[in-house]
Amino acid sequence: MTPVSINTGRLRSPFYPRLAELDSLNTWHNWAGYSSAEALYCEDMEYFAIRNSTGVFDITPMTKYRITGPDALDYLNRLVTRDMRKIKPGRVAYAIWCDDQGQVIDDGTIFHLREGEYRLCSQERHLAWLTTAAIGFDVTVKEETAEIAALAVQGPTSYSVLKNMGIDGLDSLKPFGLIHHQIFGTELMVSRTGFTGDLGYELWIDPDKAIDLWDALFAAGKLHGIQAIGTHALDLARKEAGYLAPFEDFLPAETTVRTGRTRSPLEIGMEWLVDFNKDNFNGRRALLKEKAEGSTWRLVKLDIEGNKTADHSYIYADDKKNSDEIGFITSAAWSPVCKQNIALGTVRTPHGKPGDNVWVEVYYQREMHWNRVMAKATVVDKPFWFPARRGMTPPAPF
Amino acid sequence: MINKYDAIVIGAGHNGLVCSALLAKAGKNVLVLEANDQVGGAAITREFADGYSVSACAHLLYKIQSQVEKDLNLNINLASDNLSTIVLSEVGEHVTYCGNKVTGVNESDQKNFAEFFKRMTRFSDLLNTYLNKPPPRLGTKNKKDLFTLAMLGFDLRRMGKVEMREFLRLIGMNIYDELDERFESPLLKGGLSLDSVLGTHLGPRSPNTILTYLFRMAGKHGTLSTPKGGMGSVTKAMSDSAKAAGVEIITNAKVKKVIIEKGTATGVELNDGTIYNSEIVVSNADPKKTMLELVGARNVETRFTHRIDNIRMKGNAAKLHIALNKLPTIKGFSESDYSQRILIAPDENYVERAFNSAKYGESSPLPVLEITFPSIKDSSLAPSGCHVMSAVVQYAPYQQKSDWNEEARTNFKNDIFSVLKQHMPDIENCCLSSEILTPLDLEKEFHITGGHWHHGELTLDQFMFVRPVAGSAQYQMPIDGLYLCGAGSHPGGGISGASGRNAAQVILKREKR
Repeated sequence: MTPVSINTGRLRSPFYPRLAELDSLNTWHNWAGYSSAEALYCEDMEYFAIRNSTGVFDITPMTKYRITGPDALDYLNRLVTRDMRKIKPGRVAYAIWCDDQGQVIDDGTIFHLREGEYRLCSQERHLAWLTTAAIGFDVTVKEETAEIAALAVQGPTSYSVLKNMGIDGLDSLKPFGLIHHQIFGTELMVSRTGFTGDLGYELWIDPDKAIDLWDALFAAGKLHGIQAIGTHALDLARKEAGYLAPFEDFLPAETTVRTGRTRSPLEIGMEWLVDFNKDNFNGRRALLKEKAEGSTWRLVKLDIEGNKTADHSYIYADDKKNSDEIGFITSAAWSPVCKQNIALGTVRTPHGKPGDNVWVEVYYQREMHWNRVMAKATVVDKPFWFPARRGMTPPAPF
Repeated sequence: MINKYDAIVIGAGHNGLVCSALLAKAGKNVLVLEANDQVGGAAITREFADGYSVSACAHLLYKIQSQVEKDLNLNINLASDNLSTIVLSEVGEHVTYCGNKVTGVNESDQKNFAEFFKRMTRFSDLLNTYLNKPPPRLGTKNKKDLFTLAMLGFDLRRMGKVEMREFLRLIGMNIYDELDERFESPLLKGGLSLDSVLGTHLGPRSPNTILTYLFRMAGKHGTLSTPKGGMGSVTKAMSDSAKAAGVEIITNAKVKKVIIEKGTATGVELNDGTIYNSEIVVSNADPKKTMLELVGARNVETRFTHRIDNIRMKGNAAKLHIALNKLPTIKGFSESDYSQRILIAPDENYVERAFNSAKYGESSPLPVLEITFPSIKDSSLAPSGCHVMSAVVQYAPYQQKSDWNEEARTNFKNDIFSVLKQHMPDIENCCLSSEILTPLDLEKEFHITGGHWHHGELTLDQFMFVRPVAGSAQYQMPIDGLYLCGAGSHPGGGISGASGRNAAQVILKREKR
């Protein structure tokens, strides 16, 4: 056997040359084996690009799996909790998948690219699970993370930017829809998806054309305030949208050791994604049992009084007789666009129903000294940030 | 046509028949669907040449459980009973053992053999108690399971400190080391090695071959008999008993799939499209065939499917049938010797070497054999004056490099005959016709995945609490109303009827709730 040389270092996305040019902070971290920028020049300004103009985020490291074969639909339908038969070609589904015990492994998006041809994207790698789940199905699961370069283009002016680039069909592209567009002698896939809760798109292309795409995009967006952004800006935006992050708001079941640390979809507010009318999906038996017997945990979105960010705080019941700790915060931030002190947390049932009041114990430091406040918080059921433009078709030009 | 039943059993193998009879006796309206044209599964008598018949798979009866005989009022007509085992020596100095007696070896081996037998039967008795009940679940709060577990611990301890320690030392061990420590006679060691590995993908040096030996001894201490009319008569008696209890049996009815609606079994569909409905579906098929083919992965969970898919069940035993115009000559054999069980396993290393080839997808060039001439005591099996030879031949791996093409089959047959010729020089002259059934043939003919006699390797990781797989050892599959009753579930292979009986108990108990 001839020895094969493998790059064991950190991978660079095909957009890296452009990102490196814009980068003045040099704060990179590891995302699924790739270098990913936390921020490029100022995380606050990058965040405001998402909300006020257009932010461009390199999502190449997002793991991508191509799922094809005669049983592709049946395979996906057993894998995820929602009914994939309803997702027609040209549509995208947000989905979650569980282990046999009905505990969430991860969430992600499934693109129905063409009839019977799917792409599953998620933050974490799952080839082992996806391969195991393929036993007994005539299906091919192929890891194609490195074969596709992708950018998230998010913000109120994103529609105008892409239109400027000459992409057709955007006027009728609804949220969670996708179109194919010919450019640079190759195919560009455009989906109206994202992780910011705003108007936005994701672009998918052959890595060889990544730089061409970047240059065309930034040229088209020059007068629309286009900015490259890092993960910190995106993370704040996703909290405002009420989106969950694995390893923060839930733990992927396959990598969790301690019992009771995982969550079921019912415990993270994803009941709407669980279709018990399907004949079967992985975890169905366990989840039916949980539904009948009641869940242990509930995910809550909290609107907290004051302006002290409630990172890692304990949550207490608002009850004179019972002031026990009922849970904790998993993600928290001051939302600049909502002017709200927001957080996602996990509490024991029956606590945390929408409209309930709870108390959050916030610690914060001022010049070395620690202070503590008990802040009142309200459980809300809608995302903190949900602008009308996010759902408008066609979106308004800016 | 009535097509609604209280219970449907897929497959009329011996366990399916036992299970159906017991369900019917408890008042259930039971239907048995058999893919082949006769009942019995692999336990049938089969004509392989004009006028010559043999038991198609297992040819010796040593495990049938007395409870099964009693529950089904079975009256099995035996052609021969309490057979001795003769391990052939090329020079005619054979070693013969039966019960705790052995001849043809020195005094110390004789003494050691009696001691060995005593200990092994004691351990196998302990094992046997637990083969005849559903295995307890681990990590449960169910009182019955906890009680059974406690009893298991208690029974172990009750043997006394020394014996318990010995049991725990031996249970995971290989037979080779134990035999080497105890005995001198190569033939005795060879014979006992073969006893331990028959029907498995294990060599005498493989771990837990003492367990497989104990499993063989469980029930009747290894007492061997042959049924009159071959193994088919045993399953015939079972099916008669089932029919008497009201069971309806349809042959040539190949089940295509188990019908499942939202996690509950509601019936089965045949290849021809016929549908039979029932709230209880019991599968006598092996776990892989049941879950991956008849049920389908889409109806069960991923990890469960993974575990089922990983069950080791690639057969390694072939069956050789020879029609003889007369009995072959064996040096030093008396007339009565021919009706015994005859082994070709000259020593323990020979057996291990035979296994070596199987590890790499090749059949053994020097195979080991378990031979019987059942026609001596049962004239129904061959024309007058003629005889049949029925032999289990190892090793013949299911996954043979050349996929058992004609050349591979001929070569293997030639290898077997040259081994036979060393002990029976005139075998070729006696031979009128012959056939060999490889695991691939057994898979095709009896619909057993991998052609494995035990529906899954009998090893500690696929035994008791974890047979067929962890989390579903009590016959109930993770589909409401679907049960296993075949050898792939606890306790395992051999014509014992224990799996079928245990499964029936579990099903009837669930029903009561």
